[in-house]
Amino acid sequence: MTLWISGYILLLVKFGLVLGCLLFLAAYLVWAERKLLARLQIRYGPNRAGKFGLLQPIADAVKMITKEDIIPAEADQSIFLLAPTVVAATALLMFAVVPFGESLAIMGQRIPLVITDLNVGLLFIFALSSLGVYGVALGGWASNSKYSLLGGIRGAAQMISYELALGLSLVPVVMLAGSFSLVDIVNAQSGYPYILVQPVSFAVFFISAMAESKRIPFDLPEAENELGAGYHTEYSGMRFGLFFIGEYVHIQVLGALTAVFFLGGWHGPFLPPFVWLLVKMIFIALVMIWIRGTLPRLRYDQLMALGWKVLVPVSLVNIIVTGAVILMVG
Amino acid sequence: MTIHSIIFYLLSSVVIVSTGIAVTRRDLVHAVVYLIFTFFGTAMIFYLLGAPLLAALEVIIYAGAIMVLFLFIIMMIRTEPSTAPLIPPGQWWPVIGFCLLYITAGFLFMYQEPDFWVFLTPAMATPGAFGRFLFQTHWLSIEIISLLLLIAVIGALVLGKPAGKKPNKTNGNRI
Repeated sequence: MTLWISGYILLLVKFGLVLGCLLFLAAYLVWAERKLLARLQIRYGPNRAGKFGLLQPIADAVKMITKEDIIPAEADQSIFLLAPTVVAATALLMFAVVPFGESLAIMGQRIPLVITDLNVGLLFIFALSSLGVYGVALGGWASNSKYSLLGGIRGAAQMISYELALGLSLVPVVMLAGSFSLVDIVNAQSGYPYILVQPVSFAVFFISAMAESKRIPFDLPEAENELGAGYHTEYSGMRFGLFFIGEYVHIQVLGALTAVFFLGGWHGPFLPPFVWLLVKMIFIALVMIWIRGTLPRLRYDQLMALGWKVLVPVSLVNIIVTGAVILMVG
Repeated sequence: MTIHSIIFYLLSSVVIVSTGIAVTRRDLVHAVVYLIFTFFGTAMIFYLLGAPLLAALEVIIYAGAIMVLFLFIIMMIRTEPSTAPLIPPGQWWPVIGFCLLYITAGFLFMYQEPDFWVFLTPAMATPGAFGRFLFQTHWLSIEIISLLLLIAVIGALVLGKPAGKKPNKTNGNRI
């Protein structure tokens, strides 16, 4: 019984720590994005709230929470209210299987530094990311506005298409590690990170991950200059904030997943494991911001052609080649 | 009553109730949302019974891919709410008949099967063991099903091709 209770307390502590870190980082990622993007466009970015605008996330949070939560008169109320939570919750839950260090030993007990080590961890992430589509599609539909509906439909089409490439790009990683568990995948990379043996997989994964998080150059579901704000046009206050949090948590999760699958996870010299994972995550997030500041938006047919005609075939060939090499080497 | 069976009955009631609500909704999008709950509940039952791989695949394929396609079509058509009764009076008899049939079959199965009252021991099938079993004992059916899917893909490709002219590169399929 005491083992149960201590297990529960431990789980709650881990939940609290991970959630706190994720939300804090999400807030400051917004700040970093605004700052970096401004510099890339030769502007200053936020610089009024605190030194270097460092208090800007707090000001934004206060604004979001105190703003009126408007529901359009013709909207489908229950679905309209629920859609943002689906986006935020699926993004946050994905972090549950990401390992952030080797197991700790406290008072003779081994404490794994991961919320839960599922033996189908990788599929768990896919399941959540495929459920995340509903937040976008239903949010767009429930608003009962043409812009939102178009954004929602675009979002659903885009996310289904790129999920395929995302899944196929990770098959070689699973073949190399021999496991769906993220802990095992990280442990298998103690010698060398998989980016060295699977550069094609890495490229396909990174492109489709960016498309999944709906960022420039793949931000067609919310293309400002055609659709207002796309699927979240009608949202205000904290419900809009939840979509926003979902997006930035998603960036971190994708950073963490890229680190776990290709960059060796928490492995690294000198620094403690947790810091290594954080460094890799933030590095990838910054690269994503850099790409956002550099590339123009794709046209819709280009987006679909890239997904179906380039990324899917390339990853299929990559799977066959990897399989052949593994068979030959033994 | 172990904690396993309590969770099992909770999940199955979620599945049954949400399926019931799904088939009686007027609003098709609401029906789809309830059906997603059904699939989600089914996945949880798979997980509870020690098949995490099946649970994940259930969510990815049924809840995550097939239902999104349903939603996709429904979102694009505007259906007018009708006031006609959901089940016309003449159709009540088959409904009641089939319900009774299933309930009797269920109860018969419960009392005829000697192992019915034995509690299942908690088990866990790893993805590797599951795959090995599937491809060693059922490889032929898997090949047949994949051939069927291949034919469906080719069929979709043929049907989707614009008749008579070559597909235009830039204006191919823009939404």
